[in-house]
Amino acid sequence: MKVRTYADYLAAGETPEILFWVGCAGSFDQRAQRVTKAFAKILDYAGVKFAVLGNEESCTGDPAKRAGNEFLFQMQASNNIAVLNGYGVKKIVATCPHCFNTIKNEYPELGGNYEVLHHTQFLQSLINEGRLKIKGGFYKGKKITYHDSCYLGRGNGVYEAPREVIAAMEADLVEMKTCRSKGMCCGAGGAQVFKESEKGKKEINTARIEQAIETGAKVVASNCPFCMIMLQDGIKACGKENDMKVIDIAELIAKAEDLID
Amino acid sequence: MQYLSQILFILILGAGVYFFYRSINRIIRNIKLGKDIDLSDNKAKRWKNMLRFAVGQGKMTKIKPIAGILHVFVYLGFVLINIEVLEIIIDGIAGTHRVFRPVLGGLYDFSIAFFEILGLLVIISCIIFLFRRNAMKIYRFQSPELKGWPFFDANVILVVEIVLMVALIVMNAADRSFQADASMPVSSFLYPMFENMSDSSAHLWVQAAWWFHFVGILWFLNYVPYSKHLHIILAFPNTYYTNLDPKAKFKNNELVSNEVKAMMDTSFTPPTVENPRFGVKDVEDLTWKNLLDAYSCTECGRCTSVCPANTTGKLLSPRKVMMDTRDRLEEVGKIRDGVLPEPEQPKDLHTYITKEELLACTTCNACVEVCPININPMDIIVNMRQYLVMEESAAPQEWNMMFSNIENNGAPWQFAQSERANWAIDLENESKKDEN
Ligand code: SF4
Ligand code: SF4
Repeated sequence: MKVRTYADYLAAGETPEILFWVGCAGSFDQRAQRVTKAFAKILDYAGVKFAVLGNEESCTGDPAKRAGNEFLFQMQASNNIAVLNGYGVKKIVATCPHCFNTIKNEYPELGGNYEVLHHTQFLQSLINEGRLKIKGGFYKGKKITYHDSCYLGRGNGVYEAPREVIAAMEADLVEMKTCRSKGMCCGAGGAQVFKESEKGKKEINTARIEQAIETGAKVVASNCPFCMIMLQDGIKACGKENDMKVIDIAELIAKAEDLID
Repeated sequence: MQYLSQILFILILGAGVYFFYRSINRIIRNIKLGKDIDLSDNKAKRWKNMLRFAVGQGKMTKIKPIAGILHVFVYLGFVLINIEVLEIIIDGIAGTHRVFRPVLGGLYDFSIAFFEILGLLVIISCIIFLFRRNAMKIYRFQSPELKGWPFFDANVILVVEIVLMVALIVMNAADRSFQADASMPVSSFLYPMFENMSDSSAHLWVQAAWWFHFVGILWFLNYVPYSKHLHIILAFPNTYYTNLDPKAKFKNNELVSNEVKAMMDTSFTPPTVENPRFGVKDVEDLTWKNLLDAYSCTECGRCTSVCPANTTGKLLSPRKVMMDTRDRLEEVGKIRDGVLPEPEQPKDLHTYITKEELLACTTCNACVEVCPININPMDIIVNMRQYLVMEESAAPQEWNMMFSNIENNGAPWQFAQSERANWAIDLENESKKDEN
């Protein structure tokens, strides 16, 4: 398959249905790249005409803003908004809840107004519209636990879309001790993932993964590349690499549809 | 003699109300030291929030059901029994006794009976609360920021509520003519204590309990502004002014917006600002809503008990952030009023809340979500962080590297922007391989 940029579409005189905002982790982090590819395959499979910005995409500025560097954030934002507005982008789907939140909530005041969806919301709409037919598949009946990322869950009140996507695969969703609005953080947000944590008794990601272990599920479904990094590290710290995996919801769907191994 | 006690009553009442009025004015003045923020929109939604969270205590029963229901008892008891204060005031001024009884008849006895039951529930709840706070090892009541005054404050309130309720019930029990023809559900059990007394000593008991209750309430009224108990008043405005945006949306700093705009568009001249400052150095840099939050905080610690940084042993505690903000604001207010001297060493909010605390926040919003009256500790934390990073250049080394990566490569890591779409090339190659 060929991934086309917005410029490609315009050159061909076409308009894509959505812009897929890949994000820095999705572009560069090896693990998150697999999520990016899985999501692109799903889009292709469902016949969604999607574009990426390619090398014109740049960090949304989320980590800078959360770390207190407002100036750098707003510089990034205005550059990105210039690119997005230049192409006349209307609808954006992001595979990272941080990118999703920043573009959706913080860009409008700076001149960037788009319809922004998180990929789990978009997947749900594809399923609801019948564009993506899930027929049980690989995860049918398997125990899965779902980790609410703070920026999608509490931060934006999206709790059900990811769960409905999991339900569509007829998997056995088991909730952790804390979930939905009470769901515990993985420890990455607020730019924590870019520095050592302050001294304490324990790491946040291990505390969270212990809750996941209690469920007995072998799969922790996630919706955020940073949660994925943190939780995978937590699994390692608990010595459970062989028993448990963190898998993004896009990958679950791609696997259920036989699009990836 | 009769007039004397009426005059005394009016004097005490006047003084109590006057001092309370002064305290409230001082608090409003302090809250207004904060920066302006426009929260006058969406009135319908705001009223709904107030009804749901302050009046209905929507989160209290949800978060910790048992403590929540006991809290509802105390709250209802407190509000409803205070209707009786109206009678106390009229009786005290006019020199009457139970002035409402002849007017209301059966309804009066029914109401007092109902208040007695509520009063008993308040007493029981407060005893359980005292036990939980002092005898049970509940971390949220034992953590370091509660040592000293805050711990004492919480106990004072509970004890005073018990004492006030007991006084009310004793007043009814010793009131012979009242006991004779009204059957009271609680005080009738205490009646035997007063049955064999002389009329005059029983009357003295009624008088004493009545005065005690009255003076107690006024004392309490004047204690509240100095206490965490201020939430019984401020919970209402605070829930009304709850942030209505998605919780993960951070405000954009306008000062920065103007600077960036001026850089992008040379024809734009940003408005001149006196002493521009990025982020929050001291309480005056916070918004009035942050300061209202600080005064409303009831130090319950629900926020800290769900804070992932705190529960994994880091120094950060969102409750402490709120308590520190209030303490610092009080201090600033007192310095302005000349009650406290200017400190020799310059102080600001960062003297209270350290960098180590500020850096540990994951911006997870758990504290904001759980707070029964919708206080937002995270907003204070991130804006103080902005000051640390932008004004003091005090970001940790790793963050500075992340910043320069974003600046130079458009990503928080050291990858070239030109490699951003390499995954797409991989994907293309992989699918070609699959086809062959
Ligand atoms: S901020 Fe809210 S949850 Fe935290 S201690 Fe204060 S009142 Fe309780
Ligand atoms: S937002 Fe910060 S202070 Fe609040 S609970 Fe999360 S980590 Fe703790």
